[in-house]
Amino acid sequence: MPEVNVLIPSLLRPVTGGREELRLDVEAAGATLADLLDAIGAQYPVFNRRVRDETGSLRRFVNIYLDGDDVRRLDGLKTRVAAGSEVMVMQSVAGG
Amino acid sequence: MPLGPGVARLDPMANNGDTSKSTYLLAVGTKKGMWLGTSADRAAYTFTGPHFLMNEIPSIGIDTRNGSTRILVGVRSEHWGPTVAHSDDLGQTWVEPDNGAITFPPDTGAALERVWQIQPDTGDRPGVVWAGCEPISVWKSTDGGEHFELNRGLWDHPHRSEWGAGFGGAAAHTVLPSPADPNTIHIAMSTGGVYRSTDGGASWQPRNKGIGAGFMPDAEPEFGQCVHKVARDAGNPGVLYAQNHGGVYRTDDNGDTWTSIAEGLPADFGFTMLAHPRRAGTAWVVPITADSARIPPEGQLAVHRTDDAGATWARLADGLLEPDFNVVLRDAASVDTAEPVGVFFGTRGGTVYASGDEGSSFAPVLTGLPDVLCVRAAVVGL
Repeated sequence: MPEVNVLIPSLLRPVTGGREELRLDVEAAGATLADLLDAIGAQYPVFNRRVRDETGSLRRFVNIYLDGDDVRRLDGLKTRVAAGSEVMVMQSVAGG
Repeated sequence: MPLGPGVARLDPMANNGDTSKSTYLLAVGTKKGMWLGTSADRAAYTFTGPHFLMNEIPSIGIDTRNGSTRILVGVRSEHWGPTVAHSDDLGQTWVEPDNGAITFPPDTGAALERVWQIQPDTGDRPGVVWAGCEPISVWKSTDGGEHFELNRGLWDHPHRSEWGAGFGGAAAHTVLPSPADPNTIHIAMSTGGVYRSTDGGASWQPRNKGIGAGFMPDAEPEFGQCVHKVARDAGNPGVLYAQNHGGVYRTDDNGDTWTSIAEGLPADFGFTMLAHPRRAGTAWVVPITADSARIPPEGQLAVHRTDDAGATWARLADGLLEPDFNVVLRDAASVDTAEPVGVFFGTRGGTVYASGDEGSSFAPVLTGLPDVLCVRAAVVGL
């Protein structure tokens, strides 16, 4: 199955049923990061709200890396995701 | 301390007026979490917390109307955004609606930044809870705060493009439904000032006549003031008190006109305004030196109380630590409904004070917390 692996940061695992990573079928879930997040959000809506606001924008201090690259330097949430990729969701360094 | 475990198990029944068997609940929202305290005498408290560690808690509402106690909390993570949670078991467990209690409809193109105010309506309107938020917006829930609907009358207001942002953000931070009339609601925003609806929120009119705006070229504009907090008099719902960004005021005509009641105070700047829950004419403020000097006058923290609707003020500082150079923010103060009324507040220096005698004497009940953003107190029964 053409899967993508999404790594969940420890702080968000309470809203993904404790799961550290999620495997999604790219074809079923769609092929952009936004599509992937939509698919995750259908099962874990609070996770979705933690990562994106209600306009669909990635929250300012949330970073997503696709195979090690910051998606903000790619095509944002429109970045295409290929099978076998690894998506890492992280909180940025902010706060005091 | 961990979230959740350790909270004393209490039967959260409504207070039936017999406060001899009451439990007093004190909720303290800070920049990095919330502490919940219970007390049998408003002197010795047992606290749990931090709940929601590393989340700021700018708003708390304690709803005791339904024969039970619901604590509603505005929670905001710098990383993960804002949300609203509630607890029906005094903080042992928290519920967060899957799709969010407050989310902007898609057509607005807006996103919630922060929940500044959670205000249960009066006892004869069960289930109705109001919220004031950033960006400037007012919301109404009819299911006890589990889901809120955006007030379109205010969202589509023609003044919106002229409202500004105070230092803390552009927010409707005060929502005051009138106990006398379900169609009358007063709100306050920074910056924008006081607005009133008399048609249940369908339309809103600015009500700032007499309130100054020293930071603008027009010293008394129709709107644009930075009113920091408003409280409604218990004896006459048409009487309200306002702590402005420079100026302390009272209206006797439902907000149509405001007159200064600052004489007798050491300073007319400040953030808080509290009104007695039953007795007409009694209100409390915590003066701050000035816009340009945001410390208590002379570094001596003091509460001031009026018992004659602002004609005179009494300085109350018994039990407050000296010196204290910290500000008390607009929602970091509260009264309860016991007899005599309790007065509670917290500072940006992380000290929380409690008074069981209407402010005549205080005692610190928590110290060393992060900046205190919100304090709410209630009698929850036992």
